[in-house]
Amino acid sequence: MLQNKANPTINKSTGLPRKRFYRARAHSNPLSDSHFPVPLSPSHVDYSLHYPQLFPSSDRSDGSKKIEFADIGCGFGGLLISLSTLFPETLMIGMELRDKVTEYVKERILGLRVANPGQYQNVSVVRTNSMKYIPNYFEKWQLSKMFFLFPDPHFKEKNHRRRVISPHLLDEYAYVLKVGGIIYTITDVEELGEWMKSCLQNHLMFEPLSETELDADPVVKLLSTATEEGQKVARNGGQTFQAVYRRIKPASQENS
Amino acid sequence: MEGAQMEDFRIEECENENNTHEDSQMEEPEQNNKHMEVAPALISVHPTRNSVAVAVGSDLRVFNLLEDCAVILVDEAGGASHNDSIRGIKYGANGKLFVSAGDDKLVKVWSTESWRCIATVCSEKRVSAVAISNDGLHVCFADKFGVVWVVDLPGVDETQAPLNKKAVPLLAHYCSIITSLEFSPDGHFIVSADRDFKIRVTVFPKKPLDGAHEVQSFCLGHTEFVSCLAFICTPDSPQGILVSGGGDSTVRMWDIISGSLLDTCAVGAKAQFESDTTEGNCSTVTDICTIPACTLIAVAIQSLRGIMLLSCDLSSRTLSVMKVVSIIGENFVPTSLGSSISGGLLWMVTGASKLRGSDVSSLSRVKVISGFEKSSPDASEQEPAVLVDSEIPGGAKLLEKLQGSISVDEKVFLAAADAVKTAMCNLLIKKQYSDEKREFRKRTRNDRKSKH
Repeated sequence: MLQNKANPTINKSTGLPRKRFYRARAHSNPLSDSHFPVPLSPSHVDYSLHYPQLFPSSDRSDGSKKIEFADIGCGFGGLLISLSTLFPETLMIGMELRDKVTEYVKERILGLRVANPGQYQNVSVVRTNSMKYIPNYFEKWQLSKMFFLFPDPHFKEKNHRRRVISPHLLDEYAYVLKVGGIIYTITDVEELGEWMKSCLQNHLMFEPLSETELDADPVVKLLSTATEEGQKVARNGGQTFQAVYRRIKPASQENS
Repeated sequence: MEGAQMEDFRIEECENENNTHEDSQMEEPEQNNKHMEVAPALISVHPTRNSVAVAVGSDLRVFNLLEDCAVILVDEAGGASHNDSIRGIKYGANGKLFVSAGDDKLVKVWSTESWRCIATVCSEKRVSAVAISNDGLHVCFADKFGVVWVVDLPGVDETQAPLNKKAVPLLAHYCSIITSLEFSPDGHFIVSADRDFKIRVTVFPKKPLDGAHEVQSFCLGHTEFVSCLAFICTPDSPQGILVSGGGDSTVRMWDIISGSLLDTCAVGAKAQFESDTTEGNCSTVTDICTIPACTLIAVAIQSLRGIMLLSCDLSSRTLSVMKVVSIIGENFVPTSLGSSISGGLLWMVTGASKLRGSDVSSLSRVKVISGFEKSSPDASEQEPAVLVDSEIPGGAKLLEKLQGSISVDEKVFLAAADAVKTAMCNLLIKKQYSDEKREFRKRTRNDRKSKH
């Protein structure tokens, strides 16, 4: 990282990584067995690696701040970067399965931290399979926002179980989301948009946000504008389909 | 390496289960034919010791201890009750029902009164674990995709024709094979363990057919696959204390409400000392069984001839190794353990099906350890001891039924030792593929074939 001058993958004027050196396939099989380290439990996530300025040592006390936003399949990190300055006090993490893309986001954050001292300290990225290891990163009711922007559509019915929004996985997302926490989903594939909406609609722990709530939420506007994928859709004049749902406590859970 | 290229062939194998002939050429010769897959022998004991059941391969054998006779299973479906390896057997907590399931994708529910099959449920995939809800109204089973299914039972009706019920999904582990399913003693939770070190505690809902969506906790701490689960019942906590064993050679104790790890007992080190083998990873915990009425936990460890007894201190919530009960003179490494609420006996079985290079097709050997009834750390007058065959309840008749023969030849034992080991490994350890094999599979992937 310090040999920037000799490193052609870093743009000399901005200090940011150049995307063409981090090309990767658009898709990755989430059913693959992982060959990367996974923290044993949420208490084993080393915050000092992700947020060195905020966590100088790897010991965390119980009261210290925890990650609140998770961008699942963060891609090149466009949304995270926008959120970082919009919510400077909130810790957030992107999760991405493709390692080259993760490397790019890592370099991008490091570059931004150098270019803007004091900023972007609250944002980080990790290479992991969120469909398998969400409970290893977040405790029960830890998150207040989860993002699923332009996920892999997996058109074939045989591959529907690879979709990142599914009835069974929503159980796990409901576990890591606090009551009142929000799931944001958006896609340019109509069929997937309907699928995500119906999964959320049929799940007893989620309810849709009202039109006024959607209008008032500054994050909703970022869904289609902040990400590389969203910008591409906008350039091509494509349509997007979003579903934004709130984690609720169902009546059957009242006594617990 | 690129993430995109890291393929899990095990899962692909699952996906292509219906056209195995296509990738069979890729498999090792011994894995080529799935009918050569050996299965370890299983044992289960009726909660009030009315009967004891052993499964070896597709063979389900039951002995009625109350009436001291072998049980003849009645299955209106006709023929053999199962036609492929049984992977899970279990009695319900109230003792009225028994469930068996396995590689033939059939889940069979039996009345323990008449030993009639009262329901047969077809699974889409092979079944890896089974459980019956404490009220006896629901049967749950886990399939090879990591999905747990539930079926409702209208209660035991002896007169009714066998039911053909349809199962609905209850919960899922994302693409990891579930190794064990247990209900908490109070029946409020269903606990599932998988080959990816995960234990999930889910609230068992009032209407299970709508799915179980509320995760109570994840018990995370195992560094390898989790092979077995058991509950310690205590008056203080109605939900019980969970214990688990796994490939990391530990037994761990958990509070299921919070998911927190209470204690870890590294049984591997102790077992290695006791056993004479020096191979790596021979101290995998293969089964655990809590012995009701005392706070002892029996642990079966791969390659340990006998069992290890752990003692649980309920006030400090700690586990400690009490002793190893060795089996002298026989190469007896238990593959499964069972106990009943009363009786103070620990039942063990070792064995495997589909033995190759042997004139017998399967082996099962049953042994019993007694002496738990009044056992406490300071009571030395009664020590856990292995019963000789004639002292086992049911005696020769029981052994003849459950083992298939009264005595088992030592030569057969030796021949079976490897098969038993292979069976346990196949069950729990993910297949490893060499780089060449990965490359070959990648080249012959279905979605690439059209381009050639």
